[in-house]
Amino acid sequence: MEVSRSIFILIVCCSLVTLLPRVLPLMVLSRFSLPDWALRWLSHIPIAVMAALVGQELLQVKDSYRLADHMDLLAGILTFFVAAKTKSLLWTVIFGVMCTLVLRWMAA
Amino acid sequence: MNKVQFFRGVRDCIPTLLGYLSIGFASGIIAKSAGLSVAEIALLSILVYAGSAQFIFAGMIASNHSAAGIVATLFFVNLRHLLLSAALSPYFQKLTPFKNLLIGSLLTDETFGVSSAQGAKEGAIHPSWMHGLNLAAYLNWIAANVAGACLGQWISDPERFGLDFALPAMFIGLLVLQMISRKKYKSDILVALCAIIVGVGCEALFGKSVSIIAATITAATLGLVVEKWR
Repeated sequence: MEVSRSIFILIVCCSLVTLLPRVLPLMVLSRFSLPDWALRWLSHIPIAVMAALVGQELLQVKDSYRLADHMDLLAGILTFFVAAKTKSLLWTVIFGVMCTLVLRWMAA
Repeated sequence: MNKVQFFRGVRDCIPTLLGYLSIGFASGIIAKSAGLSVAEIALLSILVYAGSAQFIFAGMIASNHSAAGIVATLFFVNLRHLLLSAALSPYFQKLTPFKNLLIGSLLTDETFGVSSAQGAKEGAIHPSWMHGLNLAAYLNWIAANVAGACLGQWISDPERFGLDFALPAMFIGLLVLQMISRKKYKSDILVALCAIIVGVGCEALFGKSVSIIAATITAATLGLVVEKWR
């Protein structure tokens, strides 16, 4: 249970470089009223970034046409419909995990 | 501080906890196997507080990268937060810079997803609600990392339980909920498809982090253009 000096300094440096992008826009941009086009551009960011993250998680280019190798994508599509139907984040997550569990068990 | 709003924020964090727990647990296991002590893993989770960045940190420590290389890589991996932080800024215009510092310092993909969904649904985000959401997620993340570091040696294969899918499932849920509350289905679906294509298409060339930033900027710009057409 100890922290070595070099790791400590490294973690503090990493902390600073991850902190800056998080806080600078909030601290600076919130002091101005942004032009309308900028606000509308920013309003698209949630959809864009969530979609990009999901895409990278679920779509890997694979050299395979077997369904068993694409179970995560199938689970993702089913989860999508459950999210649209239940409109509940909690149920979506629970369904996604259970569905993956079953599909991987079937594919194994 | 508004207590009711604070605890509403804590409650709204609950659906994300499973995702944080499984990823945090895995992150703790990886960091431990890279040779970090439990105290170092706790410090990493407290000070860096970023899923993908901590995985990469552990991986680079394990393969003896230079300190400068690690710091530079983590900077690029987390650079997408510039966009997330900017996108939340219109909701917190009346706050002091210090309060915005507090909100921003605990910003993650997940809390961003939950709070922007809240903003889309209610048109505003209460600062106390945001603090509740942030703190719940933060404490859960630290606990999950430490648990992974301590217990990891007994649970070798968390993927067998499907828990690693909690994260993509959460992103899917957040995406769908936002689309439902925004009610701009045509342009939102176009933006999402564009982000997926650019994000996955660029991955082999530029790596995951740069591709996420490129995909977000391209797709948001497409959204702006599509809106202009009508």
